[in-house]
Amino acid sequence: MIAHVTRFVLVGIVCAGLFTDRADAQLDVGVTEGRADPVPIAVTDFNGVGTLADLGADIASVVKADLEFSGLFRAIPPGAFLQDPASLGEDAQPRFDLWRRSGAQALVTGWVSTESDGRIRVSFRLFDTLAEEGLVGFVFRGGEGIWRRIAHKISDAVYHRLTGESGYFDTRIVYVHEEGPQTALTKRIAIMDYDGENHRFLTSGDQTVLTPRFSPTIQKIAYFSYFNETTPRVNLLDLTTGRRDVLGDFPGMSFAPRFSPDGASVIMSLAINGNTDIYVMNLETRTIRQLTDGPYIDTSPSYSPDGSRIAFTSDRTTQTQIYVMNADGSDQQRISWDHDNRASYSTPVWSPRGDLIAFTKHIPNSDWAIGVMTPEPGEGERLLAFGDLVEGPTWSPNGRVIMFAHETYGIGEGTERVIKSIDLTGYVERTIRTQGAASDPAWSPLIP
Amino acid sequence: MRFKLIAALATGLLVAACESTPEVAEEDDGAGAVEVTEEVVVEVDPIDPRSERYIEEVLGKRVFFALDSSVLNARSQSTIRRWADWLNEFSDVNVIVEGHCDERGTREYNLALGDRRANAVKDHLVVLGIDPNRITTISYGKERPLVLGHTEAAWGQNRRGDLTLS
Repeated sequence: MIAHVTRFVLVGIVCAGLFTDRADAQLDVGVTEGRADPVPIAVTDFNGVGTLADLGADIASVVKADLEFSGLFRAIPPGAFLQDPASLGEDAQPRFDLWRRSGAQALVTGWVSTESDGRIRVSFRLFDTLAEEGLVGFVFRGGEGIWRRIAHKISDAVYHRLTGESGYFDTRIVYVHEEGPQTALTKRIAIMDYDGENHRFLTSGDQTVLTPRFSPTIQKIAYFSYFNETTPRVNLLDLTTGRRDVLGDFPGMSFAPRFSPDGASVIMSLAINGNTDIYVMNLETRTIRQLTDGPYIDTSPSYSPDGSRIAFTSDRTTQTQIYVMNADGSDQQRISWDHDNRASYSTPVWSPRGDLIAFTKHIPNSDWAIGVMTPEPGEGERLLAFGDLVEGPTWSPNGRVIMFAHETYGIGEGTERVIKSIDLTGYVERTIRTQGAASDPAWSPLIP
Repeated sequence: MRFKLIAALATGLLVAACESTPEVAEEDDGAGAVEVTEEVVVEVDPIDPRSERYIEEVLGKRVFFALDSSVLNARSQSTIRRWADWLNEFSDVNVIVEGHCDERGTREYNLALGDRRANAVKDHLVVLGIDPNRITTISYGKERPLVLGHTEAAWGQNRRGDLTLS
């Protein structure tokens, strides 16, 4: 199955002059504090003539949905607007007093037009209504088919300007789509925008597939497949060419793949004669190197963002615990320490910021949890989300939100399996839109 | 020789039949194994030893494991011994051992644990004299539960090794 990553030219122009970029701007949205009231923001329908007016409304609705997804913003209903957005010219200053009276601390407004070559031109501006100044503005040009990506780029720019952190809205999700009876599920890899749009399948469902993971450039996906029924293995799918190949002809099963931060290698587990260790494969030479050794299971490896260290799961003590080691396998050190040593920890995933490791925790006879800890032994554990069964965290590119698989037990076939997200405050939980039952999410970096 | 083997296996049928009485709620350790203390003479229709029914009813297609364990209990070992005898008898047949887990484990760890369980069965067959080249192992992790449900009983049924002919 061939899948193309749509490429287009985004022309971003910071509208200097009209817009200041002062450090003392009054509006500053914190992303790290605990529960905070969302910042009220007005997002007007983008102005356009004829059918472009509909497109302008669609873009505004995507921007509003993105900003509200973060939990940091609350969109003011258009009925509360006191200035007609259609009267806002591209070079005019808004009536800040009116926007403040409608409750908006920030205002996003924009314009849609068609270029002579048929492409659309979308511009937007973000204003601080308290400081009465423009904060940022961009112009985007592209084919009309990519208007959603333009909208997500606008959301990312607004989020970045108001929080000081990069956004995560122009991103994709790969996940495992599930259908059929639970004793014989058909599992297919699907890819979609983070908000569930542009959904399509990458595998046919003939073979069970698990744990898809993006390469850093989003061009490739490594995943586990029963394609060869006798020895299931890690497969590599090139999204640009649609080509699929098997990563190595090993004597046993290979699984749990993840790319190195530079994309040059894939780290994974090999199970040989019942013993599972961690290996790294150079994608160009296809040579492998063994990193762990011992009569226990070492799996679910994940690189630190600088590539120097690896977190992984091991059952070398009685339950599975999380360990870190250097990228060459040296200096292995356990970092998960529950207070009464009863809990098991697994699936460590290093944050793109490097400061935290997300994990799955199970306390016997209790809920499952998704949490974060620092890479140091026993430090900084915080549990963020719970469920009958939760597992497999994946980070937003800015390291502020985690998606994970979430099961709610039911009778018989009644078990609900969805993908959820939780932010690092633990307060903003969302259910991600998928087509039916879903598991094994992986969140892409920002699309270049 | 052939007759002797079948007679022995027919006795095995009685044991196997007792063992497979619905004890769904029981943990999968060997504690509840039924001991045959009395010879009971039952007329048994001869079953083709190469038939699916024979494999299912006489050999037994599954062994079960305790939580997070790949240890073969006494009952599992006797099942594997029946398979070893049978494989010695029919040397043209190869076997696939599938390792399975219950749902209480993360996906990748369960793939590894299922591999460990399948290899525990394989290793025991090899100890009993079966050529390792005749045994293929595959792990399904928690992907192919035998029964639905989120109870100890269901989990016990799902932590298993399945033996089939290749």
